[in-house]
Amino acid sequence: MDFGKEGSLSIEPLDKILASVPNAGFGDLIPILQKIQAAYGYLPPSVLMAASSRTGITASRIYGVATFYEQFHLEPHGRHTIKCCRGTACHVRGGRNIIRAISRTLGVEESETTEDMRFTFETVACLGTCFLAPVMMVNNDYYGHMTSNKVKDILERYS
Amino acid sequence: MTSLQEAFTKARIQWDKLQDSKVPIFFVGAATCGRAAGASEMLERLRGYIKAKSVDALVIEVGCLGLCYLEPLVIVHKPGAPRVCYGNVGPDEIIAILENHVLGNDPCAQWALGKVTAGELEGIGDFNEHPMLRRQVRRILRNCGLIDPENSYHYLARDGYRGFLKALEIGPGKTLEEVKASGLRGRGGAGFPTWRKWQFCRNAPGETKYLICNADEGDPGAFMNRSLIEGDPHAVLEGVLIAGFTLGASQGYIYCRAEYPLAIHRLELAIGQMRELGLLGENIQASGFSFDLTIKKGAGAFVCGEETALIASIEGGRGMPRPRPPFPAESGLWGKPTVIQNVESLGNLPLILNNGAKWYAQYGSESSKGTKTFALAGKVERTGLVEVPLGITLKDVIYDIGGGIPSDKVLKAVQTGGPSGGCIPAEKMDLTVDYESLTEAGSIMGSGGMIVLDEDNCMVDIAKYFLSFTQEESCGKCPPCRVGTRAMLSILERISAGEGEMADLDKLETIAQTVKDGSLCGLGQTAPNPVLTTLRYFRKEYEDHIEKCRCPAFVCSQMISYHIDRDRCTGCGACARICPVKAISGEAKKPHVIDQHVCIHCGACLSTCPDVYAAVYRRSGELTRYEARREKRDKTN
Ligand SMILES: Cc1cc2nc3c(=O)[nH]c(=O)nc-3n(C[C@H](O)[C@H](O)[C@H](O)COP(=O)(O)O)c2cc1C
Ligand code: SF4
Ligand code: FES
Repeated sequence: MDFGKEGSLSIEPLDKILASVPNAGFGDLIPILQKIQAAYGYLPPSVLMAASSRTGITASRIYGVATFYEQFHLEPHGRHTIKCCRGTACHVRGGRNIIRAISRTLGVEESETTEDMRFTFETVACLGTCFLAPVMMVNNDYYGHMTSNKVKDILERYS
Repeated sequence: MTSLQEAFTKARIQWDKLQDSKVPIFFVGAATCGRAAGASEMLERLRGYIKAKSVDALVIEVGCLGLCYLEPLVIVHKPGAPRVCYGNVGPDEIIAILENHVLGNDPCAQWALGKVTAGELEGIGDFNEHPMLRRQVRRILRNCGLIDPENSYHYLARDGYRGFLKALEIGPGKTLEEVKASGLRGRGGAGFPTWRKWQFCRNAPGETKYLICNADEGDPGAFMNRSLIEGDPHAVLEGVLIAGFTLGASQGYIYCRAEYPLAIHRLELAIGQMRELGLLGENIQASGFSFDLTIKKGAGAFVCGEETALIASIEGGRGMPRPRPPFPAESGLWGKPTVIQNVESLGNLPLILNNGAKWYAQYGSESSKGTKTFALAGKVERTGLVEVPLGITLKDVIYDIGGGIPSDKVLKAVQTGGPSGGCIPAEKMDLTVDYESLTEAGSIMGSGGMIVLDEDNCMVDIAKYFLSFTQEESCGKCPPCRVGTRAMLSILERISAGEGEMADLDKLETIAQTVKDGSLCGLGQTAPNPVLTTLRYFRKEYEDHIEKCRCPAFVCSQMISYHIDRDRCTGCGACARICPVKAISGEAKKPHVIDQHVCIHCGACLSTCPDVYAAVYRRSGELTRYEARREKRDKTN
């Protein structure tokens, strides 16, 4: 992990978050991480180290939690986030082909970000819109009844 | 703070006024499913039009009516006429309904699904007679799609919090008795009798007790809990109060997946409203019962739906299960007696208290009482959220309510219980939906996912799909689950790649048994179910993969080869342009060919070849499958 390139990250948002949770203990760790991610877009290692020294929660515990849950990412995200459903309803209607098509179009695998930082490609367990299966989301837009041939056109709308 | 009695009165007045409103009202289904289907754009158009033309009309955003395949749904109130529900309402349709029906004399019967209230309207039948609704019994979902989930008065006017007041009146002991008499069993998967868990917890020593509402909903392909919370959050919260009161808990938690932002938002609003109404905090309604509620956002780990893992997660650690006993009812959150209850289990409680156990148990089978919601999806005509009496047959759910299988395909199996459940074959559709018979068939009731599979689904692939899910989600704490799911998955991968051996089938069964018996938590103990049920009912399909190297459903991509029929191909070149690896060549207007050594079996050519030609066909083993050819493109379609 490269600690160097983000040395310039401001600690101010972190201070605000910690101020809102006085005497933070273990039980507050997940909410704190959720807030850090909302503020910075991801969990920057330098900010986590600062959070550790300020709360007294050990870095190993913070990392243990941050790496356990799918929601947290330790790398910055792309400008647009694609969420393709890999849930059962989508799978039985050919969702796998959509996942493959996105992967092929962008040249990245699941949970990776394109080199130009344009897209982060994630798959999720169910988008809760199974009647539109197969479904994918780009940022907050839903695309239902997907076919692999539609993928390229849709992604081109996001620059 | 308004007193609760005062609020009841005001709510009644507000609700009655709404019922015979002199102003037109649009009730727009704007839960996650409605929004995904385009309700947001439709709302924007509607609001814009109303504002621009100064139309006197109200717009109320409501939850989901369950007919998701017809979203966006709108119920329209026109003064003096029965309310009508419309389906597939886009921005243009809503304006047409406003102009022609609300402001004119044409009720737009072409988009109408039925009348929601009594009265006559030319060409429009009763909404309750809609084929998807006719067989349903909507009790838990009674308010979903009909009330404004963000307005507590709507809930109050529909008997809201009467069940809780009843509990306060009769006391915790009698409340427990009532729940026991109702026969309520947990709706989160295992079906444990709710009263028994409560009794353990009540008898456990210690003053401090906790109640947790499990809204983690991890089954990939199910959304019952989300829909209930989005459509009627107070129903769940009233259940939380009833349970908390019975247990003598002082604090409750709602553990909700972070992927449900709208549900979380509505819970937060509703909790604020409860405070206003004096339904949370110290000495609630002067009963001596003090209780507060906190929402905890899950962070995306399937195993956190398991109760001990969920507790670990609330405590701020990695969400890993721990051995039971001690059961959470004796030693749970922070070591205190804790009851964990699914969203829908809690949603049942107001009904039981308010209407009595006897009323509640009217529906159901011997051992499974009441109604249950299911998220019906997959290869079925009418997908959505349904609520049926327990004891109904699978056939009734899939054919009567779901409308059968689309495109004249044949039903193959029904998957219930998600990754912990199994596949029930088409010949067992007379099976009744209750805890015992589903377990006997090798599956489980689960939390309510019901996925219909047709002849185009491969059962080896389905088993592989679920195993790859559980393998990935296994927390890794105990070896049978960690190693066993991986071992089963790699066998399934071999089989679906055409490299399996007959001995693999026995191996699968042996490992499955070990994982079932040796795993610490429910994830591992139930992970083999999809494999065991498909082996039990679809062994021939496994054998086909192994011995004949073919996938009869044409799903397992490594066993499928793609070819172009010389007689059908006109050389239009569409396939050659789309092929990502340039495996297709040929001169313009001459038949093309696919280079089998280059092809990656992605199927892009198959879906691109215009269906007037349908020149791409597939082979798997000795089987050949052509696509249906349509002589002329149907322009009207
Ligand atoms: C791996 C795993 C995941 C689970 N996920 C959920 C879930 O998402 N929602 C839920 O209510 N119960 C889930 N359960 C069941 C819970 O452990 C628990 O039995 C349930 O919440 C109890 O509530 P009930 O008695 O009201 O059903 C899960 C169990 C396991 C083993
Ligand atoms: S059975 Fe699996 S998920 Fe459950 S504790 Fe063991 S390893 Fe973890
Ligand atoms: S399975 Fe894909 S949206 Fe539910």
